[in-house]
Amino acid sequence: MEILVCVKRVPDTSENEIEVKSDGSDIARDDLVYSVNEWDNYAVEEAIQIRDRVGGSVTVVTVGDDESEEVLRREMAMGADKGILISDDRFEGSDGRGIAALLKSAVEGGNYDLIMTGAQADDGAAQIGGMLAAMLGRPFASLVNSIELLDDGKIKVGREIEGGNVEMNEIDLPCVLSIQTGINEPRYVGIRGIRKVASLEIPVQGADDLGISPDLVGAAGARTQRLDYFVPEMGEGAEMLEGSTDEIVEKLIELLKAKGGIK
Amino acid sequence: MAQQLFAYIAHREGAADDSALEMVTAARRIDAEAATIAVVVGSGAQLDAVCNQMAASYAEVWKIDDGALAYPNAEIIRELLVRILPPQSMLLVAHDTFGMDLAPGLSVKLDAAFVPDVVEIEAASDGKLTAVRQEYSGMASTHVACDMSGGIVINMRPGAFAADESKGQSGQIVDKTSEALAGGLPSVARRFLEVVEAEVGDVDITKSEVLVSVGRGIEDEDNLDIIHELAEAMGGDVSCSRPIVDAKWLEKPRQVGTSGQTVKPKVYLALGISGSFQHLGGLKGNPFIVAVNKNTKAPIFQVADVGVEADILDFVPELTEKISELK
Repeated sequence: MEILVCVKRVPDTSENEIEVKSDGSDIARDDLVYSVNEWDNYAVEEAIQIRDRVGGSVTVVTVGDDESEEVLRREMAMGADKGILISDDRFEGSDGRGIAALLKSAVEGGNYDLIMTGAQADDGAAQIGGMLAAMLGRPFASLVNSIELLDDGKIKVGREIEGGNVEMNEIDLPCVLSIQTGINEPRYVGIRGIRKVASLEIPVQGADDLGISPDLVGAAGARTQRLDYFVPEMGEGAEMLEGSTDEIVEKLIELLKAKGGIK
Repeated sequence: MAQQLFAYIAHREGAADDSALEMVTAARRIDAEAATIAVVVGSGAQLDAVCNQMAASYAEVWKIDDGALAYPNAEIIRELLVRILPPQSMLLVAHDTFGMDLAPGLSVKLDAAFVPDVVEIEAASDGKLTAVRQEYSGMASTHVACDMSGGIVINMRPGAFAADESKGQSGQIVDKTSEALAGGLPSVARRFLEVVEAEVGDVDITKSEVLVSVGRGIEDEDNLDIIHELAEAMGGDVSCSRPIVDAKWLEKPRQVGTSGQTVKPKVYLALGISGSFQHLGGLKGNPFIVAVNKNTKAPIFQVADVGVEADILDFVPELTEKISELK
């Protein structure tokens, strides 16, 4: 099975406090720790496990700048066979549709049976997989939390729906799936693993290599544009308990007692 | 003629989803004069019940009725919407597990703009929509501008807009079935099989009055002991947010959130939980919420009644000890 997984380099929100710059033009990026988008990591693990069962190869692709190469290398250290970096100044400011169009040209440059994305990334949009599938004219399932390979070019997938229920579907390959966290337990990647793949070549593809129509990508092609970042008015917000730990604990216990929180 | 604004209505067992009336409010933000049209797809008596319900809140109701549509398969419904929606349509969809499945691809098929997970609409005029979204798990908000001159699909976050309960419409129900199914049901390469119901756990947290809920801030499975000890001291039950279940440290039936359980305790302790909207979506009944988190930017502090800026690994054992001393 030939599998392509689309990944993204994002600020790691479990490692960083996200601050908005005072002029609202961006978040403060100077001291941010970046990593591969959590959902994508599950998708890559799933792809590797499928390849190890039935053979084939796993390719990871990202749209980004030079620094995005590090997440490709990380996923190759996990076990992906190949990486593709889609990068060009002309892609800057692309909206979801633009990113999906770029990924479509990467898909068309290979012969993939299965294409996976994370269910969402740092912008919480959950849009790339569905757009990509529609552009390719292939079936799509979102929020996938189980994959079973069937005979005759079909797979059975579970979609996580409301209330912890799972919706089972049968899909014909080739198809596009967006992967939900928890589908597997992604393997740990150590420094040694990353060193092993340090010298592997990762091709970079720009606008001319992809033959992409410029009216779809970049800021000029975007129908949806971010204007600014801001910190929303907190409204009432929580009453923050202040003082020494002992004092805070004491206040909190009084409140909990009053509200029936201590039986 | 007033412009048309469409809303796709999610429904279950003959009742519209809460988002149906929230989209009426969102539609009014876009254009208070627009003719609102509810699109309802399903089958039989349950579908008719939803259509009748929607006629009180929408200027028109378009129904598509077929036995094969009893369970919503986004791959089929996407094709049906492409068949019936006029060019340059504006469509609202709930940003839930069905809306995420349906809408991004629909926007491509309609060649329309797409804006996901909208929490507020600030302006809409001259073919441009300005909306508010959130990024980084709710830690930063953004204004986005969308060119809707060629149509737009807007995924609206459930719960972000107040429901419009005015029921001031007496909308006509228009049967679009023959138009949508002219040429037959779309043949799609994804077939719905069944829904597997969530497993039942040893503790039913939907019945708990006091929930001691733990998130990513616990850092390690071994640290969970401090949460169990606090819950025991308080006489409450342990629940959690999604990352704890993903890591398989607690079982799925203990997960609070839209993809887990909907709980309605009196008191909810959110310990090391950032408070994504999916998590908060599972918290009902206006409980007294205490948030303990070392990250003051965590969205949980916007909804909590009381907050403590602290590392739960230090704070929780102190709290447990003091509560135990009381007994």
